[in-house]
Amino acid sequence: MDAEQQLQAIKQAKVLMVGAGGIGCELLKTLALSSFQDIHIIDMDTIEVSNLNRQFLFRQSHVGQSKAKVARDAVLRFKPHINITAHHANVKDPEFNVDFYKQFNIVLSGLDNLDARRHVNRLCLAADIPLVESGTTGFLGQVTVHMKGKTECYECQPKPTPKTYPVCTITSTPSKDQFEGGGGGVSLPLARNFSLPLARNLLTGTISLSCLVHPCLSFSHLCTPVLGCFILFVHCIVWAKDLLFSKLFGDKDQENDLNVCSNNATSSSEHAEDVFKHILDEDIEQYGRRIYDHVFGYNIEVALANEEAWKNRNRPKPTYSSDILPDKLIQQIGNLDNGATDDPSSVSAMGSLGLKNPRDIWNLEENTRIFLEALKLFFGKREKEIGNLTFDKDDQLAVEFVTAAANIRAASFGIPLHSLFEAKGIAGNIVHAVATTNAIIAGLIVIEAIKVLLCDTNSYRMTYCLQHPSRKMLLMPVEPFEPNKSCYVCSETPLSLQVNTHRSTLRDFVEKIVKGKLRMDFPLIMHGSALLYEVGDDLEEDMAANYAANLHKVLSELPSPVTSGTVLTVEDLQQELSCNINIKHREEFDEENEPDGMLLFGWTQAPPMNMDNSLPV
Amino acid sequence: MNRMKSLHQEGRKEQKRYLGDDQWRKARNLRALLGVLAQTGREGVLEQRRWLRLRMDGEELTEQETALYDRQIRVWGVDAQRRLSKSHILVSGMKGTAVEFCKNIVLAGIGSLTLMDDRMVTEEALSANFLIPPDENMFSERSLAELCCDSLREFNPMVRVSVEKGDLSTFDGDFYDKFDVVVVSCCSLRTKKLINEKCRKRSKRVAFYTVDCRDSCGEIFVDLQNYTYSQKKLVDTIEQQLQYPSFEEAVAVPWRALPRKVAKLYFAMRVIERFEQTEERNPGETSVADLPSVLKLRKELCETQSLNESHIPDGLLERLLAGRREFPPVCAIIGGILGQEVIKAISGKGDPLKNFFFFDAFDGKGIIEDISNPDTGS
Repeated sequence: MDAEQQLQAIKQAKVLMVGAGGIGCELLKTLALSSFQDIHIIDMDTIEVSNLNRQFLFRQSHVGQSKAKVARDAVLRFKPHINITAHHANVKDPEFNVDFYKQFNIVLSGLDNLDARRHVNRLCLAADIPLVESGTTGFLGQVTVHMKGKTECYECQPKPTPKTYPVCTITSTPSKDQFEGGGGGVSLPLARNFSLPLARNLLTGTISLSCLVHPCLSFSHLCTPVLGCFILFVHCIVWAKDLLFSKLFGDKDQENDLNVCSNNATSSSEHAEDVFKHILDEDIEQYGRRIYDHVFGYNIEVALANEEAWKNRNRPKPTYSSDILPDKLIQQIGNLDNGATDDPSSVSAMGSLGLKNPRDIWNLEENTRIFLEALKLFFGKREKEIGNLTFDKDDQLAVEFVTAAANIRAASFGIPLHSLFEAKGIAGNIVHAVATTNAIIAGLIVIEAIKVLLCDTNSYRMTYCLQHPSRKMLLMPVEPFEPNKSCYVCSETPLSLQVNTHRSTLRDFVEKIVKGKLRMDFPLIMHGSALLYEVGDDLEEDMAANYAANLHKVLSELPSPVTSGTVLTVEDLQQELSCNINIKHREEFDEENEPDGMLLFGWTQAPPMNMDNSLPV
Repeated sequence: MNRMKSLHQEGRKEQKRYLGDDQWRKARNLRALLGVLAQTGREGVLEQRRWLRLRMDGEELTEQETALYDRQIRVWGVDAQRRLSKSHILVSGMKGTAVEFCKNIVLAGIGSLTLMDDRMVTEEALSANFLIPPDENMFSERSLAELCCDSLREFNPMVRVSVEKGDLSTFDGDFYDKFDVVVVSCCSLRTKKLINEKCRKRSKRVAFYTVDCRDSCGEIFVDLQNYTYSQKKLVDTIEQQLQYPSFEEAVAVPWRALPRKVAKLYFAMRVIERFEQTEERNPGETSVADLPSVLKLRKELCETQSLNESHIPDGLLERLLAGRREFPPVCAIIGGILGQEVIKAISGKGDPLKNFFFFDAFDGKGIIEDISNPDTGS
């Protein structure tokens, strides 16, 4: 390629970058050095200490400030004469609509979540602007080029649904089974060089994606013994975080099946529904022990009563607090008034118990202490928050509680215990990240971006950055795939839906299909020219009431009845996505295999894995 | 009261200056340990036990380090992080690729980084260098290395970054003892060989790397001498041993003894390198006008080595000769790969590459080539 022509194309280009994190910092720097003159950058995040090891445009003194703005200022220091516009905002904000996108020649993405990626993909398609996507995890990364009509769009390949932990099984028993059978569609191009960290990412939901998923290896390869233990521990964390923690400290009204551990109703009065309720004037430690004995003791006993379930498994051991810590012992340790600080956000059970190293693995006794102490601290120092807490990986006390609870449960089931550091990584879906991979990926993005600007269509590549060489290659370019002709996002092929139109309501359709599968945030549903439903802030009152009423109606009884042969149009105006759905009535659905009570065709089922595509920024 | 406090702080600063960082940290730990041992009662005993357990496995990372390096410790582990923080690295030649590399290893948290490049700032030197704010320094009297040093220090206050003046090839062997890793960039074939030999003669291993980018191509050479590491295979860990040839030995391996599909870039780089040496040019001081002489040299070399000239395409040589300006995306990629390799070698984690790496933005491939004597492996 002609160097002069290339430079001209670069200088005239207007570029939109989404994400100013790990990849974003590197990308902005490389774009500026490569003579790009006009760059817009969107990021809603602010800077945190754990970003500083790789997001090199940021300093300690910037912690708390806008990533987009600090990145702009840092790059302008060494390239003062270019234009960088920083937007400290959510990429999903309505101001970033199709018209906004249309002013750019190319969009470069270094986002950290599937939801935002889908959104950007849909807007790029609507605006017909080429998109270069990227992601990294540890030493792995990839760059892909998406151009409407020429290469596949970001959603042409099914994306795993986020965080679909099979909670039902987690409630009762951690088991390897569902992992060994369930993941038929999940595979890796790195088959022979498969590494444990990779598996961890995969299992903790931090790995991507379209690109690391290739149909050449079955998931059963991953189930080595070491991994098996790890998977089981992940279950314990999920149980501790999503069930126990939210039951105790989160929204009380939330559905939560922690109590329903057995099918039979053997519950005595002591183990009735309100076992988790803190009785007025009850000693907090007493309360903690009651919870402890219920979830680690009684619930396990109940589970054990179902002999059938334990035929081919190791039987778990019920654990009671008095066996681990004889009465009164913890009284002398956890002294609430002894806290060095009054700041409720900095209380720590490790601190009051004198445990220092987050990488130590606590024994059962230490875990029990932490469990009771953390509970005590929540009720003693942070009582106001109880009922509204959601798990946050930066909430030290929450992480301590979840670690201890997961470990106690793991001990019951004979699963190896893990340190707070490791548990935090799993519970917070923390993405492993290093500077080098981000730098490499950013370089590759710019190379693809230049090809796109020169309309050098034939040389577009998607590139994998590998940890172990494959055919001597650490950086492996692959020709991009053609668009998937039946992709509901980038093609106009209609979808079809089998549904019992006399039984399913409009709400079922909205929740399970429009939001659950098509991932629309602000849907609008039309039957011909009749509006059946829409979401928005600016709805007239009577319209809103109308829609609310429609939600409760079954499809065939809507004002404009939906029956076999009806074509519904579903749109999301913010995503600029519209698709048609052919409705076909069907009487019966199999409860076990078709739990939605409806079946969507033309939409590809994502692997039933707990991956969420959250690549690091 | 305040005065007491400030005196106390002064004293500590003085102590720190006198002892040096490492010593001071040890002293501080010892002081803390004494404090802990003085505690009595059940609490005290518990605390002592915890302290001793903590100190058993050597130097502990500080809380600050753990917070800063959280995401990467999750990649390579706390042992590797500890080894990184004790490593000393020398980089000579501060062009775009070396700058990228320095950024990467400073962020990773190495112990110290020493920079060498006495050249003054020119517009060309700035084109791929994000460490130097252009205007204010255009006319300053400071060298490239000094200017880069200022910025790198800001990246990570826990890494000591300094400058060494002079010509590296004239330094005594002792000088190299201070380092675990030496990286040279933009220097002549002769200098590469010379420095590599000096590194090899030291009693401890000094890992040696060269890195060069021309146009949209880049090359890395690695010499880890004898390198043993544990390789992880799914569940087992096996001991792996690698024998590296020196740069001189590697480029002396007859071309016909190499595997059939060696990257064309390997041969092309050797031709250009040889051309610069015979013409006594500085590295990179070439233009398209040199193409006829370079093609002549290619013919001679290919004849002596019995290699078909088609292995070194005209177009590739032309690109390498013409591309005087650095191509920043390639600097980022090569600097990233090199950073990763150096981190692997220091931490002893992961398979290091042996012994050349090539990247060409033209085809997008990043290839590892083992250029060593097929009989001995080195």
